[in-house]
Amino acid sequence: MFRARHLLGIEPLAPAEITTVLDLADSYVDLNRRTIKRSDALEGMTQINLFFENSTRTQSSFELAGKRLGADVMNMAVAQSSVKKGETLIDTALTLNAMHPDLLVVRHNQSGAVNLLAEKVNCAVLNAGDGRHEHPTQALLDALTIRRAKGRLHRLTIAICGDIAHSRVARSNLILLGKMENRIRLVGPATLMPAGVAEFGCEVHEDMRAGLQDADVVMMLRLQRERMDGGFIPSEREYYHRWGLDAEKLALAKPDAIVMHPGPMNRGVEIDGTIADDINHSVIRDQVEMGVAVRMAAMDLLARNLRAERGAQLSRAVEV
Amino acid sequence: MILHVQNARLIDPEGLTDGIGSLTIRDGLIEAVGAAAPEGAEIIDAAGKCTAPGIVDWGVKIGEPGERHKESFRSAGLAAAAGGVTTIIARPDTLPPLDDPEALEFVARRAADAPVHIRHMAALTKGRQGREMVEMGFLQDAGAVAFSDGVRPVTDTRLLSRCMTYARGLDALIVGHPQDAGLSAGAVATSGKFASLYGLPAVSPMAEVMGLDRDLGLVRMTRARWHADQITVAASLPALRRAKDEGLDITAGTSIHHLTLNEFDLGDYRTFFRFTPPLRSEDDRVAMIEAVAEGVIDVIASFHTPQDEESKRLPFAEAAPGAVGLQTLLPAAMRLFHQGGLTLPQLWRAMSLNPARRLGLDAGRLAPGASADLVLFDPEAPFVMDRFKLLSKSKNTPFDGALMQGRVIGTWVRGKRVFAGEK
Repeated sequence: MFRARHLLGIEPLAPAEITTVLDLADSYVDLNRRTIKRSDALEGMTQINLFFENSTRTQSSFELAGKRLGADVMNMAVAQSSVKKGETLIDTALTLNAMHPDLLVVRHNQSGAVNLLAEKVNCAVLNAGDGRHEHPTQALLDALTIRRAKGRLHRLTIAICGDIAHSRVARSNLILLGKMENRIRLVGPATLMPAGVAEFGCEVHEDMRAGLQDADVVMMLRLQRERMDGGFIPSEREYYHRWGLDAEKLALAKPDAIVMHPGPMNRGVEIDGTIADDINHSVIRDQVEMGVAVRMAAMDLLARNLRAERGAQLSRAVEV
Repeated sequence: MILHVQNARLIDPEGLTDGIGSLTIRDGLIEAVGAAAPEGAEIIDAAGKCTAPGIVDWGVKIGEPGERHKESFRSAGLAAAAGGVTTIIARPDTLPPLDDPEALEFVARRAADAPVHIRHMAALTKGRQGREMVEMGFLQDAGAVAFSDGVRPVTDTRLLSRCMTYARGLDALIVGHPQDAGLSAGAVATSGKFASLYGLPAVSPMAEVMGLDRDLGLVRMTRARWHADQITVAASLPALRRAKDEGLDITAGTSIHHLTLNEFDLGDYRTFFRFTPPLRSEDDRVAMIEAVAEGVIDVIASFHTPQDEESKRLPFAEAAPGAVGLQTLLPAAMRLFHQGGLTLPQLWRAMSLNPARRLGLDAGRLAPGASADLVLFDPEAPFVMDRFKLLSKSKNTPFDGALMQGRVIGTWVRGKRVFAGEK
């Protein structure tokens, strides 16, 4: 079951829809491990990657996903083009719409910008991250990574650590993992914790040791450079001392706990380099692999719905 | 070693009592109150004079690092012992400001040689510049008891709110200086008839109220532990009272100079009377005494600020602010006692028990198990203050030449005598 027309966030998805994406993604993981990585799910369709904010990792992951499904993929580096010339977001959307894309992958630095764009176009829109709001494919790839490592995606204790306030990854994960009935702990300095977060139905810990106690999954977030000095936290070294993941703190989690990070990592700031490389715990490389598979699954499902919708419109038109 | 102080007038700020009794001290701790002298104890006959917990002086400027010619840990320690101060809470407005854990560890090692306890506040922002927060966690581990930018308010409210939020997670105490920085810039007197008459740049008492309101708003928002260093005007009291009634984790202090001097004292342009904030009206002074009695203001401190002769030998508005106070705090406080405004237990609650409690120190109590930090003094003994007899390296006291009452006879730190005065 997957009814959504767009993938704007995790919030509108039902648990069954999430499971559908993950199940299909599992099959794409197998496909991606073959020498010939080719499907025709998006054959003849046009995918446009519209990144208002620079991103190498996410954009290449979406590009690869589209290409492996047979779509014609175009990358628009909007950050350097029409926006600089003063075009509004809505005008950009209408211009693109006139080119008849089928899938639009959008990243924007403003929360809600992708939703606004989705209202103005006729194709399926995938949110590749909007401001501090959501980053649904990241949450889905994290879920797939957890499900494959732990054998299930429910009743796990999951600690999300670091800069929660500015992280769309944290928000999407919080929503997804909550929908799947996990116990979620948010760990980080109060200055990086959004207001009222305790009302989201999760535990909030300022003390990382308490937050990691018996956790099954430790999800680290990136601390952005501009937040490092003096504003939100006093210094890199104090942050690392109190909230950096090292062997001593990780020892408090369950012995088989997995360590995740959405990347790119700051070794020695939020995570000790040896932990990031520890094959007994770290699934950071798996996350990258799952990313391509999950994006293939999401685009495949959206494309099916798009075809069905267009088919229905056509038959209605014939009846009239 | 066992000491037994007998025939003493015990000033107990916890029970707010004042009566004749005895104290037994063993191995640096008070063992018993009101017990008979144990065998082999060294007997000290207080001859009916007062014995009280040693003073905890919150906000002492020491010139280390940077201005050791004005005051060193050693000279400050000697002045403190002679003034009945057994714990100094040092200010971070040094040169450079005490804002990193390595510097604090170094300074704390130097301070360990002083005859009294010295604890340190650290700066709240790096360089006291109000732009970036200090490493509060590391500084706390290094022994910082509170965080303060001294008399420089943090004007960036967003940064201050983040400092408070971060401090709350550490259960750290932030000490604010309630003052609107814009209004009070350059002011050396309180605005009104007298400042206009003297022709001095002045600031309205409202600048303090505005600063207080702003800081209390941030405390409401962040639920941080907060202390106002100096509340000096009556107009601040309603806001303070209301915030305390709400249950905010706040306390407030005031300076001995604002309790004993007023704006009339500026008349001769004597620069020893220049303070930050400036001296206030007589009505404000009286209101502050009442607020201490009532408990709205929790702490009285000297705000000991040593200045060399040259920085005071200037036109009033150009002179450096502040006065020394470690050795004059007790006799100045006796003015409040003799004028009937405050009882001795009330004074010791504000000068010893409350600051110790607020900073989490073992001090300020006359009870079994408490540290034997004590002062023996004669509240009546009259003398004329001679600034050149002060043990501080700097001699800038506004009480020079004044007739005072109250002399320290002895001071003990952890049961060890660190000062012996004339009986």
